[in-house]
Amino acid sequence: MKLSSKQRMLVQNLAFAAMSLIASLTVIFIVLIVVYIVSMGAGAISFEFIFSMPYDGMRSGGILPAIIGTFYLTLGTAALAVPLGLGAAIFLSEYAPDNQMTRIIRIAITNLSGIPSVVYGLFGLGLFVLFLQLGTSILAASMTLAIMTLPVIISTAEEALRTVPQSFRVVSISLGGTRWQTIRKIVLPEAMPGILTGVILGLERAAGETAPIMFTGAAFFLPQLPTSLTDATMALPYHLFVISTQVPGMPIQIQFGTALVLLVFVLGMNLIASIIRSRARAKRQW
Amino acid sequence: MDKIVIENFSLEYSDGTESLREINLRIPANQLTVLFGPAGGGKSTLLRSINRLNDLADVKVTQGKILLDGVNVLDKKLDTNNLRRKVGMVFARPVVLPFSIRRNLTYGFELAGIRDAALIEESVERSLGQAALWEEVKDRLDDPATALSGGQQQRLCLARSLIQQPDVILLDEPTSGLDPISTLKVENSLQELKKDYTIVLVPHSVQQAARIADLAAFFLQGELIEVGIGAELFTKPTKSRTQRYIEGRYG
Amino acid sequence: MDTHLIPGPKKRNAKAAFSQVVETLISAVIKAMGYSAVVFVIMIFYFLMSEGLAAVGEVPLNVLFSARWYPIEGYYGILPLISGSLLVTIGATLFAVPIGLATAIFVAEIAPRWMREIFKPVIEILAGLPSVVLGFIGIIALAPQLRQLFNLPTGLTALAGSILLGIIAIPTIVSIAEDALDGVPRSYRDAALAIGATKWQTIWRVTLPAARSGVLTAVMLGIGRAIGETMTVMMVTGNAPIVATGLGAIFMPTRTMTATIAAEMGEVANGSVHYHVLFLIGIILFLISLAVNIIASAMVFRVKKRAERILS
Repeated sequence: MKLSSKQRMLVQNLAFAAMSLIASLTVIFIVLIVVYIVSMGAGAISFEFIFSMPYDGMRSGGILPAIIGTFYLTLGTAALAVPLGLGAAIFLSEYAPDNQMTRIIRIAITNLSGIPSVVYGLFGLGLFVLFLQLGTSILAASMTLAIMTLPVIISTAEEALRTVPQSFRVVSISLGGTRWQTIRKIVLPEAMPGILTGVILGLERAAGETAPIMFTGAAFFLPQLPTSLTDATMALPYHLFVISTQVPGMPIQIQFGTALVLLVFVLGMNLIASIIRSRARAKRQW
Repeated sequence: MDKIVIENFSLEYSDGTESLREINLRIPANQLTVLFGPAGGGKSTLLRSINRLNDLADVKVTQGKILLDGVNVLDKKLDTNNLRRKVGMVFARPVVLPFSIRRNLTYGFELAGIRDAALIEESVERSLGQAALWEEVKDRLDDPATALSGGQQQRLCLARSLIQQPDVILLDEPTSGLDPISTLKVENSLQELKKDYTIVLVPHSVQQAARIADLAAFFLQGELIEVGIGAELFTKPTKSRTQRYIEGRYG
Repeated sequence: MDTHLIPGPKKRNAKAAFSQVVETLISAVIKAMGYSAVVFVIMIFYFLMSEGLAAVGEVPLNVLFSARWYPIEGYYGILPLISGSLLVTIGATLFAVPIGLATAIFVAEIAPRWMREIFKPVIEILAGLPSVVLGFIGIIALAPQLRQLFNLPTGLTALAGSILLGIIAIPTIVSIAEDALDGVPRSYRDAALAIGATKWQTIWRVTLPAARSGVLTAVMLGIGRAIGETMTVMMVTGNAPIVATGLGAIFMPTRTMTATIAAEMGEVANGSVHYHVLFLIGIILFLISLAVNIIASAMVFRVKKRAERILS
């Protein structure tokens, strides 16, 4: 089919218009979701809402225990997943030979990242809660979330490590450095912003997850804050699920307020990650 | 006296292609030896075998020895970190580490665990002096090294390789990216340095080889074709392949 | 400087020996960490199997593969759950793939730089939105709209689930497809433009085909993301385990495998038949995600091989 150049330009203009329309609508839609939650939830936000316990079957009061709980779970996940993920990333980027075993590790990481979050929940229930008898607890939930977060942290950290120029490693070795000295003194510091970005993005996902913690550590309602790692805890995402589906007569404002707090928590982490990334780019000397 | 003796040395890539074939070469102390020839001849590979930097690459030594002061550096039990402190190296592209000028220099001490402040301070000045860079940077040692010009960066790399007072310095086309003035500065430094060090250099051109070589070795496709006193080799090569290369017929 | 290149056992100084030990130790720890992912995959598979395989012995196969899921009375037919997952996933794919690819093409090939700088982080926001928040929006805003629009008894239907899952899959599709398009060498485009192709022809006939495998990977992983999604579908699909028999099913409530586990695991007695069956569903989900990822990475792998062949 031969088209004249005029027709070809017409096709191009139509195609471009369609693409830009779809893309713009997608982006506008996302912005609208955020704006919608912010505008509907802003009215609920008050000192009391953030800093007090819920009462009256959670229909009044604040969501402090859910905020604290999500904070604990995120910290717990970080404490477990960051060292392990970073170690694995260092292995893949700095030590691993290019062989069958390394390929198996990579396949395992890809598969971990694809496993549905609810299956992690089942696994956490089977292994941590029941088999290891940790009970539904912050510890069990953090471990479950940590394994789920691991592939994100490993892949982003490995990518960050690999962007450090090979010549730095060669020079360091040529000056009498050992492999670990080279990693510790040059590779890690240079890759750190990229690693941090990846870590935060991984934790952001963990903070927003519900399914993995439903049977491993999240509680419907607790009258007091958790005091130890073996306590169950309330958590923002699970709380939002509970009050939007399980509690009849729930004031809509509290639902939106909870959604907003969760959104701020998660997008705040996203924002921090972006700031670290753009700062590091500006400062980078290579 | 021979500082480095290479005996019957062969090396191949992991896929089996040969890189260096039965090299025999004696590198005298306190002289500037150049390894020259067309690209892919194995010069850099040989250079990197002397400080075992090839351990990082996909190569395998198939036979032979490289003796440094009579010790075979290819020995599996050898402490390679110690070897690399004794054999400094400068690369084709100036690779300054993402640190200050000072830390670029003291990084080697840091790796070796040497913390003697007086020694370090003195070594910084000495090595920068040897690389003809002291006057230009003495007032801004704490600036990032990347702020230096390309020529300055390369001289910093030279100073960095000198700071732990190695016995041998290996230079792999150290002036390939530099302007003529910087090149001259580096070459002049090297003429001074050979009083204290044994220098092995892969030049980036025949002209440079002819200019600076005390001893010259011509490499072609993994073989050492001819070795001779610098001036003589470039005016009266004995092998026709050497002559053709020097006259610019290939490479 | 005193340098013994090959220190004998006695000469070797303590400091060097110590740092050698540290080096070996650290290498060993890092290596062990490197293998952790493999260990976890094996453990996950093992635990799912050990808890879930029992169901096959406890529930007759003809019951398991029947159309009735009503655990309280001992009906463990998983067909409605599988059909629910399929229905919602297919709906999500139909919705997300065109939008995701169009957005990716726009961002990678058409949009001016400043627009790209805005679009990319916004789409990243969507990727970070917790699924429970989207589910909440679905209940509050989407479902009532759908109910009115199509005059349904309830808006909590497979359609609502499909739309929201589609939205969840979009960022995955966009970011991977965009990477794939970005990875097409500049020279391909220049060559096409040089022989007089329009920009659009270049995209359609050259860039997109060249990025084909990456785009397919994007679609696969988007689908994988949709199948595994739990909270959103549980909140908006109305939770009715009915086998989909026709196109009308999209306007009816449904129930996915993931939602079933999430909704029922909290209530079952550990070690009961119901408990085992839920783990069995977990095994099915695990195997599906395995298959999706293997297919997706096999596509990437093949492309690399071809590129290597061209280079050598």
